[in-house]
Amino acid sequence: MRRWHQLSEVAIEALIRLCGFSATIFVLGIFVFVCREAWPLWHNDAFHLSEFLFSIQWYPTSAVSKHYGVLAMIAGTFSVTLLAMTMAVPLGLGAAIYLGEFCPSRPREILKVLVEMLAAIPSVVWGFAGLTITSRLIVRYTSADVGVNLLNGALLLALMSLPIIVSLAEDALRAVPDEYREAALALGATRWQLTWRVLLPAARHGLVAAVLLGFGRAIGETMAVLMATGHAIHLPTSVFDPVRTLTANIAAELGEAPARTTHYQVLFLTGVLLFLVTFAVNLTAGLIIRRERRP
Amino acid sequence: MEQVAIPRRKCFVLLLLVGLTACGHRNGPRAQTLRVRGSDTMLILAQAWAEAYGQMNRRVAVEVSGGGSGQGIAALLEGAIDIANCSRNLKPEEAAAAQAHTGKVPQEVIVGYDALAVFVHRDNPLEEISIAQLAEIYRVGGRLSRWSDLGVRIPAGRNRIVVVNRQSSSGTYEFFREHVLANRDFALGSLDMNGSKEVVDLIASTPGAIGYSGMAFATPVVKMLRVRRKSGDPAFAPTLANVLAHHYPISRSLLIYTLGEPRAMVGEYIHWLQSPTGQQIVADSGYVPVCSGKDLAPPCGAGTN
Repeated sequence: MRRWHQLSEVAIEALIRLCGFSATIFVLGIFVFVCREAWPLWHNDAFHLSEFLFSIQWYPTSAVSKHYGVLAMIAGTFSVTLLAMTMAVPLGLGAAIYLGEFCPSRPREILKVLVEMLAAIPSVVWGFAGLTITSRLIVRYTSADVGVNLLNGALLLALMSLPIIVSLAEDALRAVPDEYREAALALGATRWQLTWRVLLPAARHGLVAAVLLGFGRAIGETMAVLMATGHAIHLPTSVFDPVRTLTANIAAELGEAPARTTHYQVLFLTGVLLFLVTFAVNLTAGLIIRRERRP
Repeated sequence: MEQVAIPRRKCFVLLLLVGLTACGHRNGPRAQTLRVRGSDTMLILAQAWAEAYGQMNRRVAVEVSGGGSGQGIAALLEGAIDIANCSRNLKPEEAAAAQAHTGKVPQEVIVGYDALAVFVHRDNPLEEISIAQLAEIYRVGGRLSRWSDLGVRIPAGRNRIVVVNRQSSSGTYEFFREHVLANRDFALGSLDMNGSKEVVDLIASTPGAIGYSGMAFATPVVKMLRVRRKSGDPAFAPTLANVLAHHYPISRSLLIYTLGEPRAMVGEYIHWLQSPTGQQIVADSGYVPVCSGKDLAPPCGAGTN
């Protein structure tokens, strides 16, 4: 009986350890798989890395001459994400400051639940809203030629990354020790001075991490931008231009591309590119959070 | 105490699993499933067929999905489906791939005809367009980019032609490229929609837009243009009569493909599609049936070019 107990103890420990490692195993596994599918491109004469990165010519199914340049989609991804961040960061940090420092505790709990509910809305629902509501408003109230465009996609991405930014930034503000607040107030600082001069600098690492994770959320989003940005291969020159993002392009074309063709491999290479970008963003955020924890 | 509790919990989980599996069979068992995928143009037609066939023949469930003609063919070659819907002819390399992978020859059946309609916003004063003008709007390096180039003025001061296109797996896209652009490339910068319905919806909400889709996707909120083959020719509307009489310049066959000779269940289904009941559904869905009465010859030319 006692031995059985010990054995089960060991088994359960092993199981829990496996669970802990599994996330890492899956991430590595996915990365290896994506790289493996894209690997044959190195020996492919029809493919040039310089064209892939620096050309906007995307003609993967052309009847005359095929080209695989994703520059327009890289520009699309970054323009839509950065525009989304210019909306989401002030709004998200403002909301976090209000929730963390100014809001009475009863409404705060309600507001926090509501903000977190934004994260529970499936991205296809956001995309649908972008397609049927915001895009039509943009056509009606601006001079835009078409409603599904950069601004429309950025608006949705801003709303989608807002809950991440708000909750992480609020956590960062709350992690600032109360001694800081008490000391500042004792010196006669107003609440505004306290927030601006003491809390924000003290929580800056956590706030930057919140913004970066929001950025990571926005850059990887697929369905909403596929539906709402117009899916046009075009270097944007105004916020009313339609664009195509890397993620949307993979989603729209991977199903049709016959396995092991150049088109298929290039789509996987696009996946590698996206993986590296999100990995860099998340790693930076992680390092910043760790630096903050260490005094 | 604990030793009693654990088996009970296990029992509960088991019962739950049994209950879940039982749920799947509540609607009565369908002995066989027929999987159909492909052309988005044909999706509404294929769904109407599947529904009618399911009501008539309770043993067979027909599962339909879209994705584009290219996806349908790709899935057929992988053996994932029984029938591929296709709004363009099979390419020689696809037929070769089918033989190389599966050793079987794809079989083609014409199940209807479609006119490729050209849509603009309903407030657009344009009524007619020629194939050459369409090519200049859509092709790379094309000369038409503003509505004033076509001699029309769009309300609300928008002059740029918003070119609405389809994703590259679409059979409609490839048909348009082949028959309107003479296989030249599309200009980059078009809005590439994932479905025929999305094309029509986007045009309905975009005053300066132009796009193309199967004739069955026409709605009252968009306008179908009359199309002329060459400048100087009369322009024709995409109607059943004009398709049957070969007047409408961009009409095509709606095809289905199977691998090798279809098995019994698939063969029965295909036979039914060609029957008067199946062809009535083609007409009801807004397309042109293969045989519209004895005195009208089917527009075979539309299928083979």
